Amino acid sequence: MSSALNFVLAVNPVPWARAQMAFTLAFHIVLVPLGVAWGFITLVANWRAIKKDDADALLLAQRWSKYMAVTFAVGAVTGTVLSFEFGLLWPRFMGRFGDAFGIPFAIEGLFFFLEAIFLAVYIYGWKRLKPWPHFWTGVPIVIAGIGGTVSVVAANAWMNEPAGFTLNSAGKVVDVDPWAVIFNKAMPLQSLHMLVAAYLVGGFLVASVYAFGMLRGRRDRYHRLGFLIPFTVAAIAMPIQMLVGDEMARWVFNNEPVKFAAIEMVPKTSTDVPETLFGHLDDKGEVVGGIPIPGLASILSDPADGTSTQIQGLDSFPKDERPTNAQVDVVHLAWDVMVGLGTFLFLLSLWYFASWVFKRRMPKSKLFLWIAAAAGVLSVVTLEAGWVVTEVGRQPWIVRNYMRVEDAATANTGVWVTFVAVVLVYAGLGVTVVLVLRQMSRRWREGDAEAEIDEGGPYGPRPTPSHEEPRAAVDREPVP
Amino acid sequence: MSDVVALILMVGITAYALFGGADFGAGFWDLTAGGTERGRTPRSVIAHSIGPVWEANHVWLIFCLVVLWTAFSEAFASITLTLFVPLSIAALGIVFRGSAFAFRKEVTRTSSQRNFGAAFASSSVIVPFCMGAVAGAIASGRVPAGGKAGDPWSSWINPTSILGGVLAVTVCAYLAAVYMVWDAKRLGDPGMVQYFRRRAIGSAVVTGVIALAGIVVLHDDAIYVFHGLTSRALPLVILSALCGIGSILLLLRSSHTGARLLAMGAVATVVVGWGVAQYPYILPTSMTLSAAAAPDATLWSVVVVFVIAALVILPSLGLLYYLDQRDLLGAPAVEPGLHDHG
Ligand code: HDD
Ligand code: HEM
Ligand code: HEM
Repeated sequence: MSSALNFVLAVNPVPWARAQMAFTLAFHIVLVPLGVAWGFITLVANWRAIKKDDADALLLAQRWSKYMAVTFAVGAVTGTVLSFEFGLLWPRFMGRFGDAFGIPFAIEGLFFFLEAIFLAVYIYGWKRLKPWPHFWTGVPIVIAGIGGTVSVVAANAWMNEPAGFTLNSAGKVVDVDPWAVIFNKAMPLQSLHMLVAAYLVGGFLVASVYAFGMLRGRRDRYHRLGFLIPFTVAAIAMPIQMLVGDEMARWVFNNEPVKFAAIEMVPKTSTDVPETLFGHLDDKGEVVGGIPIPGLASILSDPADGTSTQIQGLDSFPKDERPTNAQVDVVHLAWDVMVGLGTFLFLLSLWYFASWVFKRRMPKSKLFLWIAAAAGVLSVVTLEAGWVVTEVGRQPWIVRNYMRVEDAATANTGVWVTFVAVVLVYAGLGVTVVLVLRQMSRRWREGDAEAEIDEGGPYGPRPTPSHEEPRAAVDREPVP
Repeated sequence: MSDVVALILMVGITAYALFGGADFGAGFWDLTAGGTERGRTPRSVIAHSIGPVWEANHVWLIFCLVVLWTAFSEAFASITLTLFVPLSIAALGIVFRGSAFAFRKEVTRTSSQRNFGAAFASSSVIVPFCMGAVAGAIASGRVPAGGKAGDPWSSWINPTSILGGVLAVTVCAYLAAVYMVWDAKRLGDPGMVQYFRRRAIGSAVVTGVIALAGIVVLHDDAIYVFHGLTSRALPLVILSALCGIGSILLLLRSSHTGARLLAMGAVATVVVGWGVAQYPYILPTSMTLSAAAAPDATLWSVVVVFVIAALVILPSLGLLYYLDQRDLLGAPAVEPGLHDHG
C-alpha cells in the first residue's frame, strides 16, 4: 500500500486495542444479565401461569421470551466479536497462553450451544408444545446461563490469578493442568459475584420498565406482576451480593495487594488507613480531596485486627508493576461507584422487603417507583464499575505477573480504524435495540386495546384464562 | 493427539459450513429476491426457514474459534495477526447480520423491514466471502508462522482467496436454495418450490464451474494444497463432484430429500478434502498441526468437552431440528393480528 496510507495508519495500536476491548466488553456485559437472568424470571412467570392459571403471567412470559429473542441475538453477535478480538487485538497473548486460557472457553462453548438450542425451542415452542413440556425446555436455558457465566469469569479470574501451567525456558506453555486453570484461586468468588450480579441487574432492569409503566398510570395487575417477579429476584440477590462482595474485598486484600492499594487509594504502607470517598492522587502520589472516614479501610480489611490492620501502599511495589496514578484514580472512583450504588440498591431492597413484612404489599409511593425505575440503569452502572475495578486494577498486566498488556497486543497499526468502526456500529446497534424493544411493546399495547374492544370494551368480561386461549389465538402462520 | 483435535476442528468447520453456510445463503437469496412486492413471498419462506435455528447454527463458529485458539493457539495468533482486515470485516458483518435479522422479524413498518433486510442480506454475502478469503489465504501459504505478520492486503486479496471467497458465497447459496425447496414444500407452496428449485440448480452449476476453474488457480497459486487435492484427497474431490451432480439430477426429478442429502455431502466432502489436502500442516507449509498443538492435557480437555458435547448437544440439536422440521416450532407470535400489519 502507498506510504501515505501507511503514515495515516501508523498509530500505536496498544491504547486503541485496550479501548476497543473495554468498549466491546462493556457493551456485551449489558446483555449478559438479560441472557442469564431473564430466562429464569420468565420461567417464574411461566410456572405461575400454569400452576395458577394466571393469564397475566402467561402473557408476561410469552412477551418476555420474545424480547429475549432480540436481546439474545445481540448478545450472541457482540460475544462473537469478542471472540474475534481475542485474536485480532491480543494475538501474542493468545498465541502464548491460549493453551491454558482457552480451556474455560471450551466449556463455555458447550453451554452456549445448550442455551442457543433451548432458547430457540422455548421461544418458538409456545404454540404447539404442551404447557409443561414447554416449560421444561426453558430450564436448560437457566442452567446454561449459569454455567456459561461461571466459565467465562473463570477465564477472567485466571488472568488475575494465573495457575495450572508451566513455562519452559523459551516462555512457551509446556504443561497444563486444566483443573487448576479452571479452578484458579480467584475463580470461586469472582464467578459467584458475577452470577449474583447478573441476577440482580437482570431483575432490576426488567422491573424498571414496569415501574415506568406504573408511573405512567398503567397500574393494572399485568404491570404489577411484571414488576413484582423481576424485582423480587433482584431484591433477594442484593443482600447476597453484599456478603459476597465483602468477602471478595478481603480476598483481594490478601491475594492481590496491588489492586487493593489502588482500590482503597493507599499511597504508603500504614495501619489505621482511612476509607477515602472519592478524591484522587496528585503528581507526587499523595491523596488529595475526598472525604476520609478514619480507620475504616483497615477495619474492613480485617475486622479481627481492627484499625491496627496494616495495608500495603502503592509505594511498596515497583512503579512498573502497579497501575499508574491515573489508573489508580479510575479504579478508586469505580470502586466508590460500585460500593456506593450497591449500598443504595441494597437499601432499596430493604425498603421493599420491609413493606412486604409490615404492610403485606409492595411500596406504592411514587418515590419508590421512581427509584425502582432508575434502579435498572443504576445497577448496570454498578456492574460496569465493578468490572473497571477488576480490569484496570490489574494493570499493567494482562496475565498478572506473567505478561504485560503491551507485550500482548497486535502489531497491526490499523486498530484505531476498527475501534472507530466498532464504536459507530455499536452506537447504532444500541439505539436500534432500544427502539425495536419499545416498538414491540407499543405494538402489543395497541393490540391489547383492540382486543379489549373486540371483547366488548374494558368493562366486558375477560376471556377465561387458560392455556388454550392465547395459544389458539396465535395459531396463524406468518407466511401469506 | 493433535490429529484427533484437528478432526474435531474439521467437524466444527464442516457443521458450520453446512448449517451456518445455509443461513448465509438464505441471505444471498434474500438480497436477490427483487423489490419489496416481488420479493415478499420468497423472503417470507427465507425468514421461516432460518428463524428458529440460526443462533444454534451460529454457535458452530464460536466452537471453531475456541477449539482453534485452545488447541492450536499459535496458529490462531498467526491467522489473526496476518488476516486482521478480512476478519475484522467478518466480525462486523456478523453483527449486522444477526442483529438485523432479529430486528427485522420484530418490526412491522415496511421501510424499517426493508432497511434491516438490506443489512441482513448484504452482510450475508460479505461474511462468507471474507471467511472464504481467509481459508484461501491459509491454503495458499500466505499466513506465516512464528509471530510475524504476513502482508495485510495481498494475504487475502489474491487468486486463491478470491476463489475461496466466491466459492464460499456460491456454496452457501446452493445449500440454502436446496434446503428451501424443502421448506417451501413443507409450507405447501408449489410456486416457491419451483422458484427455489430453479435457483438450486442454477447455483449448483455455477458452483461446479467455479470449482473446476479453481483447479487451475490452485495449481498456480497454492501448489501444496493442489497436490494434496489431486492425490490424497482425490477420492473426496471425486465424491464431492458426484454428489453435486447427483443433487442436480435429483432436483430435476423432484426428489427433494435425496437432493438435500447429496448437496450436504457435496459440501462436506469439499471441506474435509481441503483439510486432508493440507495435512499435516495447519498453516501450509510453515506450521504443522503437531508443532502448533497445545500440551496434551489441553488437547485432552478439548476432546473431553467434545465428547460431552456429542452426548448432550447433538441430541438437543436433533430435538431442535426435529421440532423445527415437524413444524412444532411456529413463529413466536404472542398476540393475534401480529403479522397482519406490514
Ligand atoms: C451490580 C452488581 C454489583 C454490586 C452490587 C457489587 N459488585 Fe462488586 N463487582 C461486580 C458487581 C457488583 C462485578 C460483577 O462487576 C465485578 C467485576 C468482576 C467480578 O467478578 O465482579 C465486581 C468486582 C468486585 C471486586 C474486584 C474483585 C477482583 O478484581 O478480583 C471487589 C473487591 C468487589 N466487587 C467488592 C464489592 C463490594 C464490597 C460490594 C458491596 C457493596 C460490591 N462489590 C457490590
Ligand atoms: C464484561 C465485563 C468486562 C468489562 C466491562 C471489562 C472492562 C475492561 C477494561 C476497562 C479494560 C481496559 C483496561 C485498561 O487497559 O486499563 C479491559 C481489558 C481487557 N479485558 Fe476486560 N472487562 C470485562 C470482562 C472481561 C472478561 C470476562 C475477559 C476475559 C475472559 C476480559 C479480558 C480482557 C482483556 C484480554 C483485556 C485487555 C488487556 C488489559 O488491558 O488487561 N475482560 N477490560
Ligand atoms: C463477564 C463476562 C461475560 C459473561 C458473564 C458472559 C455471558 C454470556 C452470556 C450469558 C451469553 C448468552 C447470550 C446472551 O445472553 O445475550 C453470552 C454470549 C456470548 N459471549 Fe459472553 N459473556 C462474558 C464475556 C464474554 C467474553 C470475554 C467473550 C469472548 C470470548 C464472550 C463471548 C461470547 C460469545 C461468543 C457469545 C455468543 C454465544 C452464542 O452465539 O450463543 N463473552 N455471553
